[in-house]
Amino acid sequence: MDVTADEPRPWLGRSLPRVEDAALLIGRGRYIDDLGVPPGTLHAAILRSPHGHAEIVSIDPTRARALPGVTAVLVGSDVQAHSASLLVGVKAPIECWPIATDRVRYVGEPVAVVAARDRYVAEDALDLIEVAYRPLPAVIDPRAALAPDAPVLHPGLEGNLASDRVFRYGDPERAFADAAHRVAIEVDYPRSACTPIETYGVVAEYDPGLDAYDVLANFQGPFSIHAVIARALKVPGNRLRLRTPPDSGGSFGVKQGVFPYIVLIALAARATGRPVKWIEDRLEHLAASTCATNRFTRLEAAVAADGRITALTWDQIEDCGAHLRAPEPATLYRMHGNMTGAYDIRNVSIRNRVVLTNKMPTGLNRGFGGPQVYFPLERLMQRIAHELGLDPLDVIRRNLVPRGAFPYRTASGALLDSGDYAAAMESALLQGGVAELIARRDAARRDGRLYGIGYAAVVEPSVSNMGYITTVLTAAERRKAGPKNGAQSTATIALDPVGSVTVHVASVPQGQGHRTVLAQVVADVLGLKPAEVRVVTDVDTAKDGWSIASGNYSSRFAPAVTGAAHLAAMRLRERLAHIAAAQLNVPAVDVVFDGGRVQARRNRDNALSFARVAAASHWAPGTLPSEADTAIRETVFWTPPELTAPNDADEINSSLCHGFIFDICAVEIDRVTAEVRIDRYVSMHDCGRMLHPGMVAGQVNGGFAHALGAALLEEHAYGPDGSLLTGTLADYLIPTAMEVPEPLILHHETPSPLTPLGAKGVGEGNCMSTPVCIANAVADALGVADVSLPLLPARLAQQVHGPEKAPRGKTPVRPAAKEAASERQLFGEGEASVDAPATTIWAMLLDPNALMAVVPGAHAIEKVSDTCFTAEITLGIGPVKGRYRATMELSDLDPPRALTLTGSADGALGFGRGTGQVTLREEAPGRTVIGYRYQAAIGGKVASIGGRLLDGAARVIIGQFFASLARQAGGGGRPAGLWAWLRRLLGFA
Amino acid sequence: MKPARFDYVAAASAEEALEALAQEGGNARILAGGQSLLPMLNMRLARPTVLIDIMGVDEWRAVDRDGDVLRIGAAVRQVALEQDPDLARFQPLLAAALPWVGHPQTRSRGTVCGSIAHADPSAELPLVLVALGGTVHLRSRRRKRVLSAQNFFTGMMSTAREDDELIEAIALPKARTRTGYAFREVARRHGDFAIVACAAVVNGVRAQLAVGGVADRPALCELPAPGAAGLDEALDDFAWSLEARDDLHATARYRRELVRRLGRTTLEEAVRCRA
Amino acid sequence: MPRLSADCRHMVSFTLNGAPVSGEAEPRMLLSDFLRYVVGATGTHVGCEHGLCGACTVEIDGQPGRACLTLAVQVRGAQIRTVEGLAPAPDRLSVLQECFREHHGLQCGFCTPGILVTLDALLRDNPAASEPEIREALAGHLCRCTGYVSIMRAALAAQQRLGKKTDA
Repeated sequence: MDVTADEPRPWLGRSLPRVEDAALLIGRGRYIDDLGVPPGTLHAAILRSPHGHAEIVSIDPTRARALPGVTAVLVGSDVQAHSASLLVGVKAPIECWPIATDRVRYVGEPVAVVAARDRYVAEDALDLIEVAYRPLPAVIDPRAALAPDAPVLHPGLEGNLASDRVFRYGDPERAFADAAHRVAIEVDYPRSACTPIETYGVVAEYDPGLDAYDVLANFQGPFSIHAVIARALKVPGNRLRLRTPPDSGGSFGVKQGVFPYIVLIALAARATGRPVKWIEDRLEHLAASTCATNRFTRLEAAVAADGRITALTWDQIEDCGAHLRAPEPATLYRMHGNMTGAYDIRNVSIRNRVVLTNKMPTGLNRGFGGPQVYFPLERLMQRIAHELGLDPLDVIRRNLVPRGAFPYRTASGALLDSGDYAAAMESALLQGGVAELIARRDAARRDGRLYGIGYAAVVEPSVSNMGYITTVLTAAERRKAGPKNGAQSTATIALDPVGSVTVHVASVPQGQGHRTVLAQVVADVLGLKPAEVRVVTDVDTAKDGWSIASGNYSSRFAPAVTGAAHLAAMRLRERLAHIAAAQLNVPAVDVVFDGGRVQARRNRDNALSFARVAAASHWAPGTLPSEADTAIRETVFWTPPELTAPNDADEINSSLCHGFIFDICAVEIDRVTAEVRIDRYVSMHDCGRMLHPGMVAGQVNGGFAHALGAALLEEHAYGPDGSLLTGTLADYLIPTAMEVPEPLILHHETPSPLTPLGAKGVGEGNCMSTPVCIANAVADALGVADVSLPLLPARLAQQVHGPEKAPRGKTPVRPAAKEAASERQLFGEGEASVDAPATTIWAMLLDPNALMAVVPGAHAIEKVSDTCFTAEITLGIGPVKGRYRATMELSDLDPPRALTLTGSADGALGFGRGTGQVTLREEAPGRTVIGYRYQAAIGGKVASIGGRLLDGAARVIIGQFFASLARQAGGGGRPAGLWAWLRRLLGFA
Repeated sequence: MKPARFDYVAAASAEEALEALAQEGGNARILAGGQSLLPMLNMRLARPTVLIDIMGVDEWRAVDRDGDVLRIGAAVRQVALEQDPDLARFQPLLAAALPWVGHPQTRSRGTVCGSIAHADPSAELPLVLVALGGTVHLRSRRRKRVLSAQNFFTGMMSTAREDDELIEAIALPKARTRTGYAFREVARRHGDFAIVACAAVVNGVRAQLAVGGVADRPALCELPAPGAAGLDEALDDFAWSLEARDDLHATARYRRELVRRLGRTTLEEAVRCRA
Repeated sequence: MPRLSADCRHMVSFTLNGAPVSGEAEPRMLLSDFLRYVVGATGTHVGCEHGLCGACTVEIDGQPGRACLTLAVQVRGAQIRTVEGLAPAPDRLSVLQECFREHHGLQCGFCTPGILVTLDALLRDNPAASEPEIREALAGHLCRCTGYVSIMRAALAAQQRLGKKTDA
């Protein structure tokens, strides 16, 4: 039926105001925490590991359970009693629980769940749960995790390597043998996340009669995870009703990671017999939601003399954190068809290893796998130009997939659906004013300023093939598991008895304006105004049409979901055309839908109101023509045939659509502060047909800001002991309006032939192109080969400021000042002179009461043995005070000259361990010099949220101890002067 | 992320506040604007048993400009000074530094004295107090005493305030003639705590530079004025003497470099501003 | 001297968007929680509870401040204004809100209420606010969706339109 062929689309393609906005602007959004809950709903709080790696020796929730207002406390064994391990996506003997069972493997890992009257009381109860840990060595670097002597996270696995696969396409060995040049690059791509401003939320209920769970969560999909959750809860899929709220406060992939908490809170509801609600707080989010993978990559190219690349060799070591959580290792395989980027390179070899480390488990994050691939690839393009003495633009030009080659099958199996990369690039260079930027750079350099220009060419995949992740399995394993492929998208259009139109989709928007665009799509087909079309996007798996591919990820809305809605509207219209045809006395093919009326094509006055035709199936089904069937509700599932399973050669069309981006970045680096200022950023996009240009711009600007953050500011940083260093928004730095410049956005449209409306994804591309484009500009400005993210001024300062002269002789430098930035170990030394004989001080050190009197706030001292004491102590700096259980042990006794003092303290705020060598030297009768050297390590909450101040604070506390020791021993000799002197020794004068 | 329990006392007069403080001592915290204290309460880093809210104490709400000092009471919010059109005339260094303190949405609640009491080594207002040689007016039920800024700050988030004392006011010298003032800061983002903040006061041949964000408290150094011999060497000595440390956001070396370079820039700006 | 015990709830009353509201709160209850869970004004959102994201920004006695860094008991008797109080009528958006809609100044809308409160106060108190002044006020808010470009456009458009209104 071709009634659409010659009709204009008056709504699609226009930047209409969004239907979502009116409610959001007056504070009437309906996010998960805004919705009512049943009477009696309990509120959950989660106790989390302060250690990067430790054995749980014991958990005692007795005091917490006894707190008035607390209904239940769940620990690992309670969770294991009623659930199964989360599915793991590789063939390896590892389990994945949503809560620690016998050991903790990252800071923030859940250890216990409290359900209480309100969140305040629930957090009070957390303070009362007593957990004894035995710390284990941690490993946080992916390469270090592969070392034979590395600490092992999952004993069943023997090492930390969860997957190791080698791929070969074309004849890379020959290409390398024949190549004029080989150029290689190594990259450590750091961790970051898109940190939505709304955190995770779950409300769960359990029906014991049905053994069924009803869960509301701001989950974003993919709904393949529904199967994972149901399996973990040990119920069939129809006993897990999963609903999403009408509004969600951003996700960018991250809210896929709520699913382990769905399991936990569902089990808490089961345990308490009450609905349980949990809203994640920001500290929980930064420590234990999810983030993108960090990855080590070695990439080498075989290059001809003219810069043409004939082969690539990838060696990727992917760090998925402490657990391989579904759908990981998908980050590593999402780009598998696109490992040659925008370039025509026929020979590729790839080695992919997946390792586990003591960090937060990774998951979906905007750009998913793209930033980690394009950073090495586009840095390599710049290095090739540099090493061969070529213009970087020429190297890009010579390698781009040529115009006219589309659809183009890449070496590893992706089908690049459409594009004209060269034309888009040349247009970007022209419109973006590259000639002017180069002149500006020349002028700046003449003035001794640091100015650089970078480029990046990127293919942006969208609409993921649900089968790409199986590329991690061997062909034989895939045959055994059965084929996985496709990407079902779904839309339902319903007509009610007054003929108004409602669209339901399972696209789970988190701010992308799906309701607006779908109203435009359907209004166009049915000849209505968008305002007349109601779109409902909250999902209920018990009622709605959905599939494993449903959800909001891989930029699938514009290319796929709108297509499904379009197809559903077309089908419904065809039926309505038959209904109208009978009444208008024209053939159905001559029925036109326009302006809220259904008309005869050749006589527009021969018409019915749309509402009358649309309501007919409700009121008079007996009079409908047989071709019309019933026109009340139409559901369409659409999956593109191009998304096939990986073949035996491991070729995989990992995504349906492939947009193209060409970015230009010009930066100047401040000579004084080494700060990077973006002078101009140009981003050329080919995202196929633009359905709503205003939203396209919003997606590009938003993705650009995320990428700018990843390039300049953001990193989930860990200390070598596994401590989390970025536990607050004062340390995990999200760009503000002051940091984000406005990019110049350009477009070059080549519609996709593979999607119903010609659209491609556009939301993720800048997360792939922008970090490396900025890095290329910075490398150009500084003339260096190595740049690593985030581009901290303090790192760039090495190049900007040049070598530092040693201090002039008269200013001594304490050894402590030389500590490395990442070391959580604290070293120090000092001396104190005391008016007391050495034997007095010695006696004090060996007397628990005297020793503990030295520690401010110590009480409840117990002598375990002659050389071992325990106590409760209160330590603090300024308002930050906490209670700790402390032990102190003396060894290497050499009376009255030397001993070693080993101490530890554990409390709600964190833990510390240290060793000090104490020497006593009588410099005059009755006058002793106490010398000490110590090394200490601090971790836990204080490390995560007070890192900036921690070392200094610890130093103060250690200083307080020795000052107090001297004061006690000196019997009040010269307290003030001694205090001041000690402080100076400790470095605080 | 909710505070642990505490009692709350809304003091209606100075005597009430001091009485409550005398009774509770170290278990109490003074609540003024709350912009430093509330994050610590929410994270349960601080667990006082009682908060004494002093914002209702009328006598502490005044900014007194009589005489040659600017006396700022304990309940004066940062925004009140920021919006004072005469501030730049009375004390240009404070006027230059205030916009760097947090964000407008925290300056609206936060007090000047609260920031001083918190004594964060990277905070701007303690730096200004030290740079200007201001004083801290402490009061308890027992006594009143006045400390110089240098004697008040004793270390990282540590001050000479005793448990039963509160800061009743701070006093800053008003701008002096033929004296130039300048403030510069480098932070990761606008509004973040300083990696290095510099406050310069230049008067004739006398140049003073105070630096925050590097040592455990604001550090003050007398230097040769720009143009005079030996400034670079003196800045270098000063930079080394601060014993900068590495952290997540910056290296010790970067901090030293900023003390040298930003310090010089700030001093030069102060010379230019000398009226 | 009145001392509110930690173990009890105490009456808290203030004016919210021009109308009196009251409810009970422990001394430790944050204003953000009081507004959302006691009063039921859920337009004010919570994003970090340590004062850095800006989502919970409300106007307290004429100045934008963080509801998460304010105790409910601290605002007894105060004038509070939230996103729910910005529109002139239930079926009409304010000029600022309308400009956000026209310029796509929001996507997920979660940070928007706080941003609107800040900008509403800024444009009222400083109608001639410069582009850098608007940007600096915005720097107290984190938005993860828009990249701030459309927010700046909306704010500048609102300023122009409000300026014209004042002139007329």
